[in-house]
Amino acid sequence: MLKLKVNDIDIEVEEGLTVLQACEKAGVEIPRFCYHEKLSIAGNCRMCLVEMEKSPKPVASCAMPAAEGMNIKTNTEFVEKARKGVMEFLLANHPLDCPVCDQGGECDLQDQSMFYGVDKSRFKENKRSVPEKNMGPLIKTQMTRCIHCTRCVRFATEVAGVPEIGAIGRGEDMQITTYLEQSMQSELSANVVDLCPVGALTSKPYVFEARPWELKKTESIDVMDAVGSNIRVDTYDWEVKRILPITNEDINEEWISDKTRYACDGLLHQRLDAPFIKYNGKFEKASWEEVYKIIKSKFENTSKEKICGFLGDLTNMETGYIFKEFFDRTLEIKNYECRSDNRFLDINKRENYLFNSTINGIEESDFILLIGANPRYEATILNARIRKSYLNNNTKIISLNDLGDLTYPYESLDGQTQSIKDIFDDNSEISKKIKEAKKPTIIIGESLLSSHSSKYLFNKIKKFLIENNKINNDWNSLNILSCDASAVGNYDLGIVNQESRLLDDLKNHKFDIIYLLGQDNLDFDKKDEFIIYQGSHGDKGAEIADIILPGSAYTEQDGYFTNLEGRIQKAQKASYPPGDAKEDWQIINEIAEFMNNRKLFNDKDELESSMFNYLNLQKEKQDDLIEKINNSTNEEFKNENLKIFIKDYYFSNVIARSSKTMIECNNSKINLKSTGTEG
Amino acid sequence: MSLRKPAKEQPDNFEFNTSSLEAANNIISKYPKGKQQSAVMALLYIAQRQNNNWIPLAAMKYIAKFLDMPYIKVYEVATFYTMYNLSPVGKFFVQVCTTTPCMIRGANKLVEACKEKISVNESELSDNKSCSWMEVECLGACVNAPMMQINDDYFEDLDKEKTLDILDKILNGETPKPGSYRGRVNNEPENNRKTLMDLKNA
Repeated sequence: MLKLKVNDIDIEVEEGLTVLQACEKAGVEIPRFCYHEKLSIAGNCRMCLVEMEKSPKPVASCAMPAAEGMNIKTNTEFVEKARKGVMEFLLANHPLDCPVCDQGGECDLQDQSMFYGVDKSRFKENKRSVPEKNMGPLIKTQMTRCIHCTRCVRFATEVAGVPEIGAIGRGEDMQITTYLEQSMQSELSANVVDLCPVGALTSKPYVFEARPWELKKTESIDVMDAVGSNIRVDTYDWEVKRILPITNEDINEEWISDKTRYACDGLLHQRLDAPFIKYNGKFEKASWEEVYKIIKSKFENTSKEKICGFLGDLTNMETGYIFKEFFDRTLEIKNYECRSDNRFLDINKRENYLFNSTINGIEESDFILLIGANPRYEATILNARIRKSYLNNNTKIISLNDLGDLTYPYESLDGQTQSIKDIFDDNSEISKKIKEAKKPTIIIGESLLSSHSSKYLFNKIKKFLIENNKINNDWNSLNILSCDASAVGNYDLGIVNQESRLLDDLKNHKFDIIYLLGQDNLDFDKKDEFIIYQGSHGDKGAEIADIILPGSAYTEQDGYFTNLEGRIQKAQKASYPPGDAKEDWQIINEIAEFMNNRKLFNDKDELESSMFNYLNLQKEKQDDLIEKINNSTNEEFKNENLKIFIKDYYFSNVIARSSKTMIECNNSKINLKSTGTEG
Repeated sequence: MSLRKPAKEQPDNFEFNTSSLEAANNIISKYPKGKQQSAVMALLYIAQRQNNNWIPLAAMKYIAKFLDMPYIKVYEVATFYTMYNLSPVGKFFVQVCTTTPCMIRGANKLVEACKEKISVNESELSDNKSCSWMEVECLGACVNAPMMQINDDYFEDLDKEKTLDILDKILNGETPKPGSYRGRVNNEPENNRKTLMDLKNA
């Protein structure tokens, strides 16, 4: 520990910290532009100057390591004058266009010039003008405003792993640009908008939409992937204007993916705002009572085994729970399913479908094996963690398939499931590496779980890891990478039918009534089935429906989501559903009331507490369960070429499919590919 | 000085020829393994030598791949240093020093001469496409100010007339004699040297 003084306050800090961090520990705020705690130190804005005893010049605190016996002063006239000087230089070329700048109100330069700015300019020359750059459909540039902090350059190089932004030229003529002004090929690119301390890089879809002080801010949870990034939803009236990240060191740190940030305009388009009934192939608006009546008579006139329900990928846990209760208690049939394909799942033990090493754990891991997963597209934020682990520890990463650019180097195998069998039969070099590694991370993707021999391979992998003590109380190396926000929550709630294969029955037209709750990804041909679709958007599910019940999207209702590591988080209601649409749990509750004259739950609180009771009960059950290791020799194994199935990244769910911004992103990617200049 | 942009017309391909490749590998071998990116400046210079004294984008890409580094990093380096030419220059590339010592000794007259003979604006090819000129910072021959550099040779102790003469010659494809144009040997005093007389080769 080092002892030093900041403004005559004695503090002790760990070795390796900078003066700026020491000052923060002492409760002194230092102005800064280029310094960012998640990025490397550049020390080029000079705003963080402080006075250090025995130093004739002020020192840049962000780049100066704290040392024993330092005496730092931050509130002297000397410091004030130095910072004022820096600010005057920064403002020499910064345009005075705050009234038309989207950053206004949340601009670091604006805020700090309130303290250190001089009221008039001594600069008589013309201000420098810099041409705008093309940075793709998400980032709007106004490079005249740039103060060359290079945060965006460092972010692209370090965190995103796509070194495409750089500073060209020198001195006054320095310009920040992407290589030949192509858009940035990263799924994290829009984070540079948050990082930019001025209005040089702003959000293109949000341009001139609103001022930050006009927006209602609601903290919530993202549903675009299963990571469960913490987000802030900014709404103006009912419209969701933008989505920003909230810092959560355990999950998304300070970043969110482009899809999380920009799919929100899909909440405004293609919305279902009233109940519809299909007459002669045409949808007609109806009242809630009418549709409930039809549903009731249909349910009553159909034998129970002919009814089934499928739950979608964006529903919250309350909806899932009441859906299950509706089938269990009102219809008294267990024909419900949340999976959209025949992937292997064993819900007897929670660790069988969780990302057990946790997202934070990736950083400690010393060996990562990807089997049938492409984390870059399936869980972008998690991929950034793997990259961080690679950068910090030079972690060895092996993937079964060649996945193209993952933003970090990795070794790829032949893509045959036989190789997995060999590895976990202890017949391969890699098995040795897994055994030698202290904290290996085996990441199993949905593509493997959907393969023919998934059960055999999963049990084999698990058995191998248990036998080699890689699953213990300190470290669990078995990881399942789920893609859908509601997947783990639904597994926890047991909305899985393990007795029969409902999907096969569905394809063989064994059902008469199909209840789709936000489920748009089923692959089947409609014949004579009566389909009830409940959801927020008019997509594939609504197209084939006979009755449409308008529900709410994730920003329009409170709801719990369990992320892929099993962390339960609550998404808050930021807006309200459009038109006649209702919250999802309410609709099912009302149908139940209509059918039995009795609500399933009196209110949301009752639903919530009942759900948590159920979850706790399940947990106790699992804790009591002593698992026997499956000697799965009787399962047969068939070698196959494992294909990584990835939903189109920008169109992976209904909200993204309705979003114009996502279409533009996709187009810009396609265009870039076809020019042939990219590599 | 403003930001130098790469030329509009660019060749599609660039590859080191045998001698360049040898020189490049020689330079890379001086750096420890994994640090070969340090050779980027030398490699850009080699590419410039090979490609008629300018660096096309294709060469930057080639070098980036050669050294296993991002394109933008090579691009940053090439745009930062003014001695890398990013657009084609003449076969005779005239660099007129206009830093203080030369400026005091009349470098602007040399610039005038270039404007008259070669092109009105700097970094533009002359009418017969053989020659271009630009102002540069100190070339380190202040004792012989004013001076200019044509390709690898220094032409020193110039005035406007002498410059016009030299430029006429190069525009006609001749090679003028380098060195001092006031009869000095290197940078010795004008009327023979007065010190170190006992040393023959001083």
